[in-house]
Amino acid sequence: MNKTWLIIQREYSSRVKNKRFLILTFLTPILIVGLIAATTYFSITGVEHRNIAVIDPNDFIKNSLKNTNQINFSFPNNVDSNNYQQKGFTDILIIPKFDKNTKTDYILRSKKSMGLMLQESISTKINSAIEDQMLQEAGIQQNILDSIHKASQFSELKAYEDKGSSSKESNAGLAMGIGYASGLLIYMTMFIYGAMVMRGVMEEKTNRIAEVIISSVKPFELMMGKIIGIGAVGLTQFLLWIILIISLTSAAAGFLPSDIQQQVTTLQQSNGQVAGGMMQASESAVKIYNIQHTMATANWPLIIGCFIFYFIGGYLFYAALFAAVGSTVNEDPQDAQSLMFPITMPLIFSYVITTMVTQNPNTPIAFWASMIPFSSPMVMMARVAYGVPSAVSYWELALSMLCLVGGFIFTTWLSGRIYRTGILLYGKKVTWKIMFKWAFKKA
Amino acid sequence: MELYLKYKFLTMDTLLSLQNLKKYYATQKAVDDISFDIKQGSIFGLLGPNGAGKTTLLRMITGIFYPDSGAILLDGAPFNPMVDIEKIGYMPEERGMYKKMKIGEQALYLAQLKGMSKADATEKIKYWFKKFEMESWWNKKVEDLSKGMSQKLQFVITVLHEPKLIILDEPFSGLDPLNANLIKDEIYALAKKGSTIIFSTHRMEQVEEICDHIVLVNLGKKILDGTVADIKQQFKENLFSIETEAGVSLSDSSAFSIVRTEAGKTFVKINEGFRSNDLLQQLITQNTQVIGFNEVLPSLNDIFIKLVEGTHAGARAFQNI
Repeated sequence: MNKTWLIIQREYSSRVKNKRFLILTFLTPILIVGLIAATTYFSITGVEHRNIAVIDPNDFIKNSLKNTNQINFSFPNNVDSNNYQQKGFTDILIIPKFDKNTKTDYILRSKKSMGLMLQESISTKINSAIEDQMLQEAGIQQNILDSIHKASQFSELKAYEDKGSSSKESNAGLAMGIGYASGLLIYMTMFIYGAMVMRGVMEEKTNRIAEVIISSVKPFELMMGKIIGIGAVGLTQFLLWIILIISLTSAAAGFLPSDIQQQVTTLQQSNGQVAGGMMQASESAVKIYNIQHTMATANWPLIIGCFIFYFIGGYLFYAALFAAVGSTVNEDPQDAQSLMFPITMPLIFSYVITTMVTQNPNTPIAFWASMIPFSSPMVMMARVAYGVPSAVSYWELALSMLCLVGGFIFTTWLSGRIYRTGILLYGKKVTWKIMFKWAFKKA
Repeated sequence: MELYLKYKFLTMDTLLSLQNLKKYYATQKAVDDISFDIKQGSIFGLLGPNGAGKTTLLRMITGIFYPDSGAILLDGAPFNPMVDIEKIGYMPEERGMYKKMKIGEQALYLAQLKGMSKADATEKIKYWFKKFEMESWWNKKVEDLSKGMSQKLQFVITVLHEPKLIILDEPFSGLDPLNANLIKDEIYALAKKGSTIIFSTHRMEQVEEICDHIVLVNLGKKILDGTVADIKQQFKENLFSIETEAGVSLSDSSAFSIVRTEAGKTFVKINEGFRSNDLLQQLITQNTQVIGFNEVLPSLNDIFIKLVEGTHAGARAFQNI
């Protein structure tokens, strides 16, 4: 054990002290936050401008088509689908004469095709104008209509889970987001750190240091030392990322104008109720408050706890297999590619299942995929995000964890047997069939 | 004690005893019933062509492989890799270092893996680095070293923890004569201090020079076992070299035959039933002026080739899994 500890230390410190590790660790969060900031920035400013000519024989639609910073509506005469481009318009919207008894389509012709979101918003505007018109014709007054619209803007669907006496606000969108993000993160780290273990083993073999070390420690100790050491590197990286992202986001929050910060605080104190002079809170303050409020609905200790467990379990499961492959590779790294295939396939397959499970956590395939250790680290994370015990019962979680522990014990045992033969064998091309033979031959 | 009775009697000065070792792979007998003893403080040569089973044998002695059957006794007790691994220093033929790691740290790491404390290891490394004039290397990386330099480092790492048993597989490959002598002197010094050295090589002239006792294996079996002097006696061909001024002509061809002549020396084989004195007598009778008269013993190289030739053992290497 003492020697395994020495190996863990070497594996860990030789990687953490490496410049590449430091650069990757500190650059990644900055890159992610920067990417989010950039997309936000461009979605606000960098949009294309549309100058739309509207042919509208109905009067009432004109009022609904308000100009935005993206779209400029004009209602010119003498413009038709043949000449709108020459007259300086990017699009022409032709609305037929409205008749409440027949369904008629309105037509949009464009110089360049219009984005789906934009089309959607125009069509919503026209439809709601038609709806308003029909309501007015049915005798509902304008001021009543206005109040209806206003009320609907401030109401949204809030879903609650009822378990016995306790009732908790749930948020499917957030669950999906968390499930997807953690599943993706585990998927990526399995690849990154698994490959790191494999390369480490290959290095020891091709450098010919393996036999020197194996005359001092058992092959299994060397393999485990490497796997644990690199796993610790992964955990360190996660920890640093979490710290960096939290500090970067709070730093970013500090750049908010002070009045908005003030309003967010007020909203937090009043538990989101925009009372009395409700319109004092600006739209951005409400948005920020909503994000904070939504984030608070998730069971973070459970999610983080499960994430750490499934990261470690999944890592141990796959890293052992990667180590086994690394031990069988000779000078030619190309060999690794074909041998890795049976490991990467289940990983990719699990990722595909994960994306499905994030939308529907309780299908039979979701259940089975969250039990099988090949896919459970990713799939169970996607399910756990929907809540325990509401989406996943305690026994399911316990069984899945048990299976994963059993799984990595098995792969470690299996890989240990392949590794101890492979690491000392040079000049022979190894196939999975041979590896299987090594694993199950008698000691 | 009961356990020990089934092993054969060991003399006091036997350090390592291999008894009926067998290691079979799926398709072959890599080591097939090999037994021999190695004396404490001796320099022992393990010889054999490629694929003879040497590496498998060494890996069993170092605890890397378990024998299928048979026993290994170290210091009279059954070999227990968990404990005894620290009494052994092994420099395998396939040896290397972490290229990116600093040399001092690397030596320290490998010494600690052999069970040395950090302080103890540091002290010993400094001692050896000074001895081999490697002090300036501490913060260098292995990738900056030449092959010969890293060979020296390998040797230091192997003997650093003062093992009772030192196993060197082709220790001189890649060394220039100067450094080879340096290592050779160290081997003698270590043996004098009581370490036992197993030396595995193909280079017969080195074996002849260094080893006290040798074992030759081929195709997984031991085919020769004894001291270098005994083996030479065993394989001698009654060949004598006669140095004369005017050459040699022999009349009795039933007793002697001239094998070859070169640079004033005549090589004469004495047939069975005759002795060297018979030859000398004839020379004296013939009034041949003899300057030198020596028995020519076969070199280990000749013996090796004679015993191994035609067995195609090389074909076994790499097939043995």
